[in-house]
Amino acid sequence: MPIQSINEFVVRFANVNGSGSASANQLFARCVMRMGVPVAPRNIFPSNIQGLPTWYEVRVSGEGHLGARGGTDLMVAMNPQTWNGDVAGIEPDGYLFYDSSRPMPKDKFRDDINVIGMPLTELCNARYKEPRLRQLFKNIIYVGALAALLDIELGVAEQLIGEQFKGKDKLIAPNVEALRAGHEYAKAHFACPLGIRLRRADNVGDRVFIEGNDAAALGAVYGGATVCAWYPITPSTSLAEAFMAQCKRLRTDKETGKTKVAIVQAEDELASIGMVIGAGWNGARAFTATSGPGVSLMQEFIGLSYFAEIPAVIFDVQRGGPSTGIPTRTQQADVLSAAYASHGDTKHVLLFPEDPFECFEFGALAFDLAERLQTTIFVMLDLDIGSNHHLSKPFKWDPARKYDRGKIMTAEELDAGKTFGRYLDVDGDGIPYRTLPATHPSRGAYFTRGTTKDRFARYSEEGPDYIENMERLLRKFETAKSLVPAPVETKSKRRTGLGVIYFGSTSPAMREAAELLRGDGVDLDLLRVRGFPFSGAVSDFIEEHERVLVVEQNRDGQLRQLLQVECGVDPARLTAILHYDGNPITARFIRAAIGAAVGVAARGRKEKVES
Amino acid sequence: MSYLAKPKFHHPAIEVNQLGFTHRDYEGAISTLCAGCGHDSISAAIIHACFELSIPPHRVAKMSGIGCSSKTPTYFLGQSHGFNTVHGRMPSVLTGANLANRDLIYLGVSGDGDSASIGIGQFVHAIRRGVNMVYIVENNGVYGLTKGQFSATADQGSKSKKGVANPDSPIDMVALAIQLGATYVGRSFSGDKSQLVPLIKGAFEHRGAAFIDCISPCVAFNNHAGSTKSFDYVRAHNAALNTLDVITGRAPITADYEPGETQTVKLHDGGMIRLRKLDATHDVTDRAAALAAIHRHQSQGEIVTGLLYADEDSGDLHDRLGTVDRPLNRLGDADLCPGVEALERVNAALR
Ligand SMILES: Cc1ncc(C[n+]2csc(CCOP(=O)(O)OP(=O)(O)O)c2C)c(N)n1
Ligand code: SF4
Ligand SMILES: [Mg+2]
Repeated sequence: MPIQSINEFVVRFANVNGSGSASANQLFARCVMRMGVPVAPRNIFPSNIQGLPTWYEVRVSGEGHLGARGGTDLMVAMNPQTWNGDVAGIEPDGYLFYDSSRPMPKDKFRDDINVIGMPLTELCNARYKEPRLRQLFKNIIYVGALAALLDIELGVAEQLIGEQFKGKDKLIAPNVEALRAGHEYAKAHFACPLGIRLRRADNVGDRVFIEGNDAAALGAVYGGATVCAWYPITPSTSLAEAFMAQCKRLRTDKETGKTKVAIVQAEDELASIGMVIGAGWNGARAFTATSGPGVSLMQEFIGLSYFAEIPAVIFDVQRGGPSTGIPTRTQQADVLSAAYASHGDTKHVLLFPEDPFECFEFGALAFDLAERLQTTIFVMLDLDIGSNHHLSKPFKWDPARKYDRGKIMTAEELDAGKTFGRYLDVDGDGIPYRTLPATHPSRGAYFTRGTTKDRFARYSEEGPDYIENMERLLRKFETAKSLVPAPVETKSKRRTGLGVIYFGSTSPAMREAAELLRGDGVDLDLLRVRGFPFSGAVSDFIEEHERVLVVEQNRDGQLRQLLQVECGVDPARLTAILHYDGNPITARFIRAAIGAAVGVAARGRKEKVES
Repeated sequence: MSYLAKPKFHHPAIEVNQLGFTHRDYEGAISTLCAGCGHDSISAAIIHACFELSIPPHRVAKMSGIGCSSKTPTYFLGQSHGFNTVHGRMPSVLTGANLANRDLIYLGVSGDGDSASIGIGQFVHAIRRGVNMVYIVENNGVYGLTKGQFSATADQGSKSKKGVANPDSPIDMVALAIQLGATYVGRSFSGDKSQLVPLIKGAFEHRGAAFIDCISPCVAFNNHAGSTKSFDYVRAHNAALNTLDVITGRAPITADYEPGETQTVKLHDGGMIRLRKLDATHDVTDRAAALAAIHRHQSQGEIVTGLLYADEDSGDLHDRLGTVDRPLNRLGDADLCPGVEALERVNAALR
């Protein structure tokens, strides 16, 4: 019996990089969203511009599970190169949709799947003369056919095409025609709809559909960033580019056409972070966007920011490491290199957003924290959050919110005779006051250096001065605990001695896995960490549970190590659940791994069938 | 928050400038460099130039990298904010600072190791971006602070103090700067105050990337026979192109040069540099001529000094980026935050 499921299935598109499939596939995902059904698309792409395989996985989930699920219910196989693997990856009783223009030998199929062959190339060759059009419209034609097969309302797709080509209206009609052609063909030749299909629902609500990098860039705009220096690197590039595009709209002076922002593509990451530090020293809110290799290059400067106490914001969109690693795949593998970046005794503040909503929130917050704490703040995205579209709560902004510019001593205060010591802990929170260059003609000037100094910023190699400064930096880090976003705890309905700690893009898969595991008889309390340094709530959570599983996407259990060291936990109490093949972690994986760790076998594959 | 300096009372015998400041007001902490180090003479020239130009000290941001030369900002302009960054990376920090506040005067001080060796990339890119700054390399051909290794400006064949000859060919910082698009380029010698002070003054008056390569013998590691950056060697091989006088727009002073011997360069802020041409063939507005002069003298074993090239219509990085006139660090919430309604529109477009 072919898989039967309404609003709960996975469609996977296998394409060739550079064939123009991306926008057609995205159109498909948007159609699902517009029908009120939650959707989570994910790009799996190579480090290449043209010719290599790419996949686009669309998880449709009326129940709202937005993590990667794993497995494929409907394979749209458009890439002969990957045919064998693609066909093998289909769930038993699943569906295969392919271009049947060229006959395929029988042994290239499976007996336990349902095959839908459509002569796409033939249809296109008959309709279009130009090779480029044939390729482009082939994509739209298969979207039309899928609309028929999956019961997507054609009107929804047509409206989306209208919106997409707004301003280039000439393109609307041919795209709509191609869509309809595909739709008609499928209606005429196949039994539509399939066992898996959509039904209009109202489960999307007011959520927005956006990539995490775009959201983080918007956070930087709202957070008041005025200097951005960056160097291209996957998967962070689109963050800087989004910032540029948004500033064009939101930061251009209407009268003069001049910009209230300076964006520089630097010559490398050393220069990017150097510019950010120069700008931060001089009182502007500045950031860079990068990925692991960039963070490696920035190490010396990050130490300067820590020791000389200069605000800076780094968006680290993590990818698979080490070295060039697995550059177009996702990982959470920069946790330690960011937390302890640079030589000597250093520690840095990290924020861990789980989705675009938090990319925006933490993106803006990072600038307040950088100025409040006068140090580098890392916002730790990853490829999964950053370069995939996610359904996310709409962004919000409190109209009463004011930027926290931190402790800046003014000319008035200097004139009033207030003592200024750049590294003097006046308030007991470890955070000293700073003056900006040119504040006052004769007071408040000081020399910034990466070498040791006394409280009044005078060069000093005296041991006690050095130690006092280092101890104050620790007090400042203590203060940071109450300023970073608090962890979010989700308690199991039944009392349990099992706790799970996770962060970032693991969230949706973890939540889904916890539900599945409850069905398997495993109850879990969940703690989502959102910031480093860890607050007391994190050590309390570990304390309160007999056993804690730390779920993350890297080989070495980096969050687990950080918890061990910073919360002083016996390593035996923390079990590592690790996923690091470069694909986003799935609920199925977590369910199996936690099940195995606690000695409960998952009850086979649980079909979600809506009736 | 712009402050006019308060006039101070001074003994009439002490010379004061337009702001009522004495020379003292431009000094910094006592130098800890070796006695006789060329770098200290450059600090003195900077102090002198700032005094004569009546620059309010607190409007200057002093930036440097790491090295003996990079230590010197502590020894001048005590009322300025200073920033001793990391080795070879002053240009990026200065660029960032300049982006944050276009209204201040940025003085970058570096060494030949700092700028020509580890930091050559940042030097190159800051120059080609046209950052509005005065960039001085205190060039001694060695790493002073790490005790005498060759830097990338050391001449091929020149001998270290230990007698080892340098196998690599040198980087000529002025030729490089001209090629990269610096719009004010000069070379001088720490021991030639009468040439250096006006050259620095002209650089301060210039808007855009101003670069000065100042040969500055290291008395500890590069002032011996066999060195090509020693006092004696430079004095013997110096070919001065021109001497110059800087006349600010604020205070025109009459000069007494013979018209036939001078070339006047109008500076961006209305000031003027008057060049007394010793070598009548050199035209400072001609980039190709400047490069030719550098190479010609080099092939004759001479170090050409003076103002080599100046382009006063250049503009700077902010012009290229089209940033607002107000310094970015002065923009507040209302300027920067697009607000709730704009965010609602963003949300609506994402559904
Ligand atoms: C990353 C790094 N590498 C090496 C050093 C060691 N170091 C300090 S100063 C210096 C050379 C300075 O030479 P130069 O810029 O010519 O300055 P000088 O002392 O000659 O004035 C070196 C290699 C350092 N501080 N940082
Ligand atoms: S070592 Fe050389 S460069 Fe350094 S202070 Fe001494 S003389 Fe100057
Ligand atoms: Mg040197």
